[in-house]
Amino acid sequence: MVEIRQLYKSFGKVSVLEGIDLSFDQSGIFAVLGPNGSGKTTLIKCILGMVIPQKGDISINGDSILRKWNYRNHISYLPQIANFPQNIKVIELIYMIKNLRSQSAQELDLVEKFGLQPFLDKKLGNLSGGTRQKVNILLTFMFDAPLIILDEPTTGLDPVALIYLKELLRKEKDRGKTILITTHIMNLVDEIADRVVFLLDGKIYFNGTADEMKSQTGQRNLEHAIATILKKEYY
Amino acid sequence: MTVSLHMKVFLFCFLTLSVVSHAETFDVCASCDYITIKSAIEKAKDGDTITVRKGIYKETEIFVNRSLVIIGKDLPILHGENKQESIFAVEADNFIISGFKFVNVGMSYVKEIAGVFLSHCNNFSVKDNYFEDVFYAFIIHRSSYGIIENNHIQGQARDESSSGNGIHVWKCENIRIERNKIYGMRDGIYLEFVKKSVISDNHSIDNIRYGLHFMFSDHNEYHHNEFRTNGAGVAVMYSKFIDMHHNTFHFNWGMASYGLLLKEINDATIENNYFEQNTTGINIDGCNRIRYRSNHFVRNGWALKFTGGCYANVFEYNNFNFNAFDLAYNGRLNDNRFDGNYWSEYVGYDLDRNGIGDVPYRPVKLFSFIVNRTPETIILMRSLFIDIINFSEKVSPIFTPDALVDNHPIMKPIVW
Amino acid sequence: MIKILKYSFYDLMRSRWSYIYFLFYLILGFVLFFLNSDVNKAIITLLNIIIVLTPLIGTVFGIMYYYTSREFTELLLSQPLKRSTIFVGQYLGIVISLSLSLVVGLGIPFIAYGVTRSAAVWNFSSLLFIGAFLTFIFVALAYNIALTFNDKIKGFGFAILLWLVMAVIYDGLIMIVMMQYSDYPLDNFALAAVIFNPIDLSRILILLKLDISALLGYTGAVFQRFFGTSMGMIIAVSILSVWVILPLLRIISVARKKDF
Repeated sequence: MVEIRQLYKSFGKVSVLEGIDLSFDQSGIFAVLGPNGSGKTTLIKCILGMVIPQKGDISINGDSILRKWNYRNHISYLPQIANFPQNIKVIELIYMIKNLRSQSAQELDLVEKFGLQPFLDKKLGNLSGGTRQKVNILLTFMFDAPLIILDEPTTGLDPVALIYLKELLRKEKDRGKTILITTHIMNLVDEIADRVVFLLDGKIYFNGTADEMKSQTGQRNLEHAIATILKKEYY
Repeated sequence: MTVSLHMKVFLFCFLTLSVVSHAETFDVCASCDYITIKSAIEKAKDGDTITVRKGIYKETEIFVNRSLVIIGKDLPILHGENKQESIFAVEADNFIISGFKFVNVGMSYVKEIAGVFLSHCNNFSVKDNYFEDVFYAFIIHRSSYGIIENNHIQGQARDESSSGNGIHVWKCENIRIERNKIYGMRDGIYLEFVKKSVISDNHSIDNIRYGLHFMFSDHNEYHHNEFRTNGAGVAVMYSKFIDMHHNTFHFNWGMASYGLLLKEINDATIENNYFEQNTTGINIDGCNRIRYRSNHFVRNGWALKFTGGCYANVFEYNNFNFNAFDLAYNGRLNDNRFDGNYWSEYVGYDLDRNGIGDVPYRPVKLFSFIVNRTPETIILMRSLFIDIINFSEKVSPIFTPDALVDNHPIMKPIVW
Repeated sequence: MIKILKYSFYDLMRSRWSYIYFLFYLILGFVLFFLNSDVNKAIITLLNIIIVLTPLIGTVFGIMYYYTSREFTELLLSQPLKRSTIFVGQYLGIVISLSLSLVVGLGIPFIAYGVTRSAAVWNFSSLLFIGAFLTFIFVALAYNIALTFNDKIKGFGFAILLWLVMAVIYDGLIMIVMMQYSDYPLDNFALAAVIFNPIDLSRILILLKLDISALLGYTGAVFQRFFGTSMGMIIAVSILSVWVILPLLRIISVARKKDF
């Protein structure tokens, strides 16, 4: 489904991605992990077309997506910081995104599930960080796109919302979707990820299942597995 | 005043005399004994009256050399057929011409041609006439004690070289020009080497050069005239002792327009005049000992513009209201005094409430100073930059001269 | 693009600053007419304000809008939209809401005082037209600066500097050059200098329309001859348009290559 070949990206002198080769060719949940500055977000943004790589190619369903925009009709994206226009009401934002995508959306279920009903008529500027993140999640999942990209989806969520989020992810996976996720919450990865891609200094350090990673590093849980890798590299 | 008294006495004697000597009256019209004015004049003697009835008379060079009263009844038309000849050519004393309409007086680049051409005349009155499409309306040479009154002159001047003046006076004395209306000529009224004359209550409008023009003419007075939308309102050049008061100069607006242009004028007084919306209210070039008092300068581009050296002029009790620039000058201004004027731009205060501002006012803005040095910088007018430098100069004057100050600016405008 | 435009527009129309900007012009208009009934004089005062304020407000709003809506812009970028659509849409949203504040804010008092029936209506309209044009230009320039500098403080600083250069420093330089070379004929220099600064060009265009153009003297006559013809008018409007189009093209090209 998503095919990344020899992807290079640097910002000025800082090289962020150094020849990434990666493909997500079946449905499932793929966790992209790595320490800060390893290039996770850049990689995701490359797929979304927000960052333009210097070299390499990304194709989705066989078509290169560089400098194109139509393919984003088939992607739902949850950005890291949900900073919306301050003066717009939640309901208006929902309608606006729906309007922009000109796709049908199931927002009502999600509104109910995340308890956003009382906030619909509030301005986004007046919402708490957690509520905003819920709105953010709602905007992502209300469309029925085959590729879902989530950048730190758990930020600011209360436990109940987190459970709903996981539920949502499983449901979407069961519907045959490809889900890319970056997160710092290793439990989440352990729990739901089918495959883990570990980025380090712009390269793919590990690509496999969480269990494989654990056994490779000889650790019992993922957090320690990653810590082992990092220690080996840096210390 | 002496002139007018003189005239009245004279006219009275003249009229009385004509009655006593059984003056005859000649009628001129198509069906009268006299068909042409010329033929009537040939027969007439001093003191006779010629009455010209309604009609069109295509006569030019009507020569008058006797003391006649020539009166048009029901506005007969004197048609010049655009010939290169004047209509009336008068060389006489004690006469009256009135009630005619002069049309189509020919234009010439070499010859002076007028509706009424007076030369060496004394004691005369030309009044209540209409002039349309004439080269000159009046040319008056070497004459005295005449009155030009209530004439209505309408020209179609296009450029200076092909047009003539409304009332052109040369080497005359004691002439009065009153209550005339002059439109669309080169100069409305032109005076050269004219003395002791009074120009009053005229309206001089839309003339392409000046509304009123003095050259080498001393000891004259003009008052209560209106000068509107002329090339320049009034030009007073190379003359002394001119008394200018109660005139209105307005809307003389254009690239090189002035309300009043003074060139090398000494010992004049300019009082109670109203200058409104002229590009330059008064352009003052090399003038000394002039007293400016109680004049109103309203919304002119420059209220006063000095060029050349000007000495010992006094400006008192004038109103300067909303002029783009109150004052501009070139070169040096010595010994001129501004005192007790009202300046609408004055922002000082009057703590002792005596009606006089406690801080002196400097009428020269820095920008005005710069424009005078480099005229092209005028294109920066109304730029924020200019406002800033004007303001900073106002706060701490560096460039504008210390001497040019009104030390007693008054807080309220003088009521007109 | 229309959708983006609409949202940016509504977003701005709801912000406090738009109201303040609108009310400012509204009050200014009424006060000017209340103080003097002479329309031409009011227009001259307005000219002073508009040629300084519209570029400043355009610059500040442009910069602020870009930086405060950056995350939201990223959200938009992840949507199936062309980049040029997003940025040009936002640009038009800002420009239209600002121009509307200007035109409606000043238009209401002018209509209330019956200017539409006077001869000044053309002068007034061209003043509003120029004000709107300056808004278009300076928001475009501000967006260029914002797209170039990721650092908000830097971008803001440069934007203010740009305004300062255009509104003040440029004229100061012209003045210094003119005074330095006052022995040479300067009319063509003046003409060229004015043409290259949209604020100066706007100022001169309005001045030439008002009767104070007579004060511009011989240089003014040169300008009048140039701008008085329909060709000169076309050139002037074209130059102003170039000031909009070039920055706009740069917005599109920078946006295409930029990483977010």
